[in-house]
Amino acid sequence: MNKKVSQNIAFFIFKFFGVLVIGILFSIIGFIGYNGIQVISWEFLTEFPKEGMTSGGIFPAIVGTFYLVVGSLIFAFPLGVMSAIYTTEYAGKGWIVRIIRIMTNNLASIPSIVFGLFGMALFVNKLNFGDSILAGSLTLGLLVLPLIIRTSEEALLAVPQSYREGSLALGATKLQTIRRIVLPAAFGNIITGLILSIGRVSGETAPILFTVAAYFLPKLPSGIFDQAMALPYHLYVLATSGTDLEASRPMAYGTALVLILIVLIMNLIASFFRKKL
Amino acid sequence: MIEAKNIDFYYGNFQALKNISMKIEPKTVTAFIGPSGCGKSTFLRIFNRMNDLIKDTQMEGECLINGQNIYDKSINIDNLRKDVGMVFQKPNPFPKSIFENVAYGLRVNNMGDKKFIEQRVEESLKDAALWDEVKDKLNKSAYELSGGQQQRLCIARALAVKPSIILMDEPASALDPISTSKIEELIHNLKNQYTIVIVTHNMQQAARVSDNTGFFMLGELIEYSNTKKMFLNPEKETTQNYITGRFG
Amino acid sequence: MHKQKIHRRILDKITEKLLTLSGALTSIIIVFISVFLFTEGIGLFNTPDIEEGYALYVNSENRIDNLSPEETKQIFDAEVTSWKAFGGEDVAINVFRLDAIFNFYSENELGENYELLPEKLGEVISREKGIIAFLPNEYAPQGLQVRKLETATVTLEDYFLGTDWIPTATPAPLFGVLPLVLGTLLVSFGAMIIALPLGLGVAIYLSELAGNRERKLMKPLVELLAGIPSVVYGFFGLVIVAPLVQKAFNLPVGETALTGSIILAIMALPTIISVAEDAMRNTPLGMREASLALGATKWQTIYKVVIPYAKSGISAAIVLGIGRAIGETMAVLMVTGNAAVMPTSFFESVRTIPATIAAELGEAPAGGAHYQALFLLGAILFVFTLIISVSAELISKKRHS
Repeated sequence: MNKKVSQNIAFFIFKFFGVLVIGILFSIIGFIGYNGIQVISWEFLTEFPKEGMTSGGIFPAIVGTFYLVVGSLIFAFPLGVMSAIYTTEYAGKGWIVRIIRIMTNNLASIPSIVFGLFGMALFVNKLNFGDSILAGSLTLGLLVLPLIIRTSEEALLAVPQSYREGSLALGATKLQTIRRIVLPAAFGNIITGLILSIGRVSGETAPILFTVAAYFLPKLPSGIFDQAMALPYHLYVLATSGTDLEASRPMAYGTALVLILIVLIMNLIASFFRKKL
Repeated sequence: MIEAKNIDFYYGNFQALKNISMKIEPKTVTAFIGPSGCGKSTFLRIFNRMNDLIKDTQMEGECLINGQNIYDKSINIDNLRKDVGMVFQKPNPFPKSIFENVAYGLRVNNMGDKKFIEQRVEESLKDAALWDEVKDKLNKSAYELSGGQQQRLCIARALAVKPSIILMDEPASALDPISTSKIEELIHNLKNQYTIVIVTHNMQQAARVSDNTGFFMLGELIEYSNTKKMFLNPEKETTQNYITGRFG
Repeated sequence: MHKQKIHRRILDKITEKLLTLSGALTSIIIVFISVFLFTEGIGLFNTPDIEEGYALYVNSENRIDNLSPEETKQIFDAEVTSWKAFGGEDVAINVFRLDAIFNFYSENELGENYELLPEKLGEVISREKGIIAFLPNEYAPQGLQVRKLETATVTLEDYFLGTDWIPTATPAPLFGVLPLVLGTLLVSFGAMIIALPLGLGVAIYLSELAGNRERKLMKPLVELLAGIPSVVYGFFGLVIVAPLVQKAFNLPVGETALTGSIILAIMALPTIISVAEDAMRNTPLGMREASLALGATKWQTIYKVVIPYAKSGISAAIVLGIGRAIGETMAVLMVTGNAAVMPTSFFESVRTIPATIAAELGEAPAGGAHYQALFLLGAILFVFTLIISVSAELISKKRHS
C-alpha cells in the first residue's frame, strides 16, 4: 500500500470520527430536544409537579437550583478569585506555587460523589446543618472552586506584564496595581469562569444527593436551613423512581431539555465575554 | 544628583554588573550605550529599584539619590518610584482613556483633588508635546493613538507626578524615525526641569541628545565622560572600537 | 493625610494576609477531605462484623467459638448444614431466629413484658446441641449451657478481598469490595476501548486536518459535549442506548456494563479530545516543515513527528480520561443495572464504586458499619483519582522540563 493510499484511509477515518462525535452530540440534543420541547410551556416552568410527578411543572426544582447556584458561587467566587490572585501576583515561581497548582488540579479531578460524601459528613452531620441549602451550597462551592481558580488564573496571567511594570514605576503599590489595572483587564475572562460555573453547578447531582436534595416539597424553601428540590436530582427521580415511570417520561424529557438549555446558554454567554478581549 | 558606588548586581549566579561607580549631575541628560546584554538596562533599573521585581537577584554597593541610599531598609519604594519616573521600550499605556492614563499616577499617590488632577494632566500632556493632538479626545482609549503618540503619552504619564529624575529604557527603539525625532526633541526640552538618563543602542541618538555618555560592556563601565569628548576622542580602545562600529 | 496612609497600609497588610490564606485554600481542603473520609471509614475495621445490637449464641458443647461473616452467611442461607464443615462435630446445624421461640412456648409463658424470654431462650439453646441462635442483645439468653460466639471485627481481608457485597444481609452483612472494584474497572476499561481511538482520532482531525472554519465550529461543540450534565447522559443512556443494546444483543435487560461503557466513553471524549489536541497543536511548525521538506506525507509527519512530540500530552489526556470514567456517578448508576456481583461479562449488570455510594448512602444509618464501609469506598475512590491526577501532572511535566 503506497503512502498516499494509507494517508487517505487514515484521514478518512479521522474525519469520520469527527463527524461521528458531532453526530453523537446532535443525536443526544436532538432526542431530548424533540421530546422535551413538546412538554415545555409556561405552565411547565412555573407550576409544581402534580399527580405523582406525571403532570404539572418543575418550578420548585428550578427555584432550588437557582438558590444552589447563588449559594455555591457566593462561597466559591470570591475565594477562588482571591486564591488565583495570590498564586499569580504574589507567590512567585517556586515550589509553593507548584504545590498549590497540583492541589488545585487534584481538587478538580475528585469525583463529584466524593464531594457529596464529604459534604454530608462535614456539613450535614458534624456541623449539624442538616440537609439544607447551606450544606448543599457549601458542597457545590467546593466542587466548583477549582474551575473558578483555574479560569481566574488564566485570566490574570493573560494580562501583560508591561501593565504591571508601568503601574509600579509610577509609585503605585502592588495592591493598587492589582485593583486598578490587573483585575479590570482580566475581568472579562474571570466572568467567563463564573458563567461556566453556573452551568456546572446547575447540572451536578451527586454532591446534592445527601446534602440538600428532596424528592418532593410542597412549598418553596424559605431559608438556608431548608431542603430544596433541584433540576438534576429531579430528572434522576423522574427517570428512575416515582409512581409511574412511563407517565413521568415526558416530564423527564422536559427537565433534561431545561438542563441542556441552561448549559447551552451559559456557554454562549461565556463565549461572548471571552471574545470581548 | 545620582551617585552609584561600587555596584555589583547578580541574576542568580550570573554577575550582570561589576563594580560600577558613577555620578550623574542634576538636570543633565546622560546616555548609556553598549552592545546587547552589557548591563545598561539592568543598571538603569537600579535607580528606581525595578529590579526588585525579579526573583533571585542580589545587589551590592550603594546607590545614593540626593544623598540618600535608596536601598536602605527605611526607604519607601513607592515614594522612590514617584520621584524617579520610567519610560519603557515598548509603549505600555493602560487600557484606559488618555486622560485616565496620565491621571493614574496622581490618583494612586493621592495627589490633589479633581481640579488639580485636570490641571496636571493638561500640563503634562503639553510638556510631552501631545496636548494639541489629543485635547479633543481625552476620553478616548489610549489604544487609538499611534505608536509614537502612545510613547509620548507614557512620557506625559511619567511627568504628571513631578519626578525629579526620568529614566528612559530605549524609548524610541520601537518607533518610526519621525516619532523618534519627536521624542528626541522632547528630551531636549525637558532637560531644563528634569534629570534624564536614557539607555539607547543607537549611538547617533546618544550623540544627539546627551550631555554625558557611559559606555558599558559585559557588565563593566568602560568609559564615562562628556559626550562630545567620548565620540571625538575616546580614551579607551574598546570604546573607540565600539563607536567606530568594529563590533556590537 | 498621614493617618490615611497608615490606615491604607494596615488595610493593605490585612488584604495581603487574606490573599495568602486563600492561596492555601485548595491544599487545606484536600487535607480535610482525606482526613474526613478516612476517619469516618476506618472505624469499620473496629466494628463487629455482625448486625448491630445482635449476637450469635451456640450450645456450650459446640466447639466452634467464632465464625467469619462468610461462614455465617453460608449457615443462614442454608448452604452448609453440618457443623463438621467448620471443624466441629458432625451435628446438623439448627438455625434459630427470635420468632421461632413461639414454636416452643406460648406468649403467656414468656411473661407479660417478655421478661421470661431470656430464660426460655437459654433453655432452648441448652437443649439443642446443633443450634445457632441469632438474638438481640436485649433478650440475651441466660443459662450455663449457652455460649456467645465471639464477634470478630471486619477484617481488611473481608473488605478488600471479599467477593460479596451484601451490606444488608442478616445476621452478618458482607462488605467485600471486589465486585465493585472489578465492576468499576470493567466499565472504565470498556469505555477507554471506545473512547481512546475515537478521541485521539478526533484530536488528530482537529489539530492537523481541519480547516480554521471547521475548528471554530467543532471546538465549541466539543465543549458543549463536556458540559452536558451527568444525569442527562444517564437519562439518554436509559431511554435510548439501553433499549438499543437490549435489542441488538438479545438480552433480558439493556442495563449492562456495555451500556455503561458506551455512555462513559461519550463522557470521557471531550477530555481526551481537548487535552490531546492541545498537545499536538503545540508541536513546533519548524518540526513539521522539516519532515514535509524531506518528502514525508502529512500522515507520516503526524505519526512520526507530531504524535511522538506530543507523547506526554497525549498520555496525560489518556490518564485524565480514565480518571473521568472511574469517577463518574450518576450516568453509570442509571444505566449499568444494579447488581453488586462479580462481573462476568459485558452483557450483564454490574455496579461501580461511585454508583454504590450514591445508591446506598441514603439508607445506611449514620455511624454504622454500612456507612463506614461506604466512606472507605469513597476513600478508595479518592486515592485512585489522586494518583491519576498526580500521574497526569507528572507525565505532562516530563516534556516541559
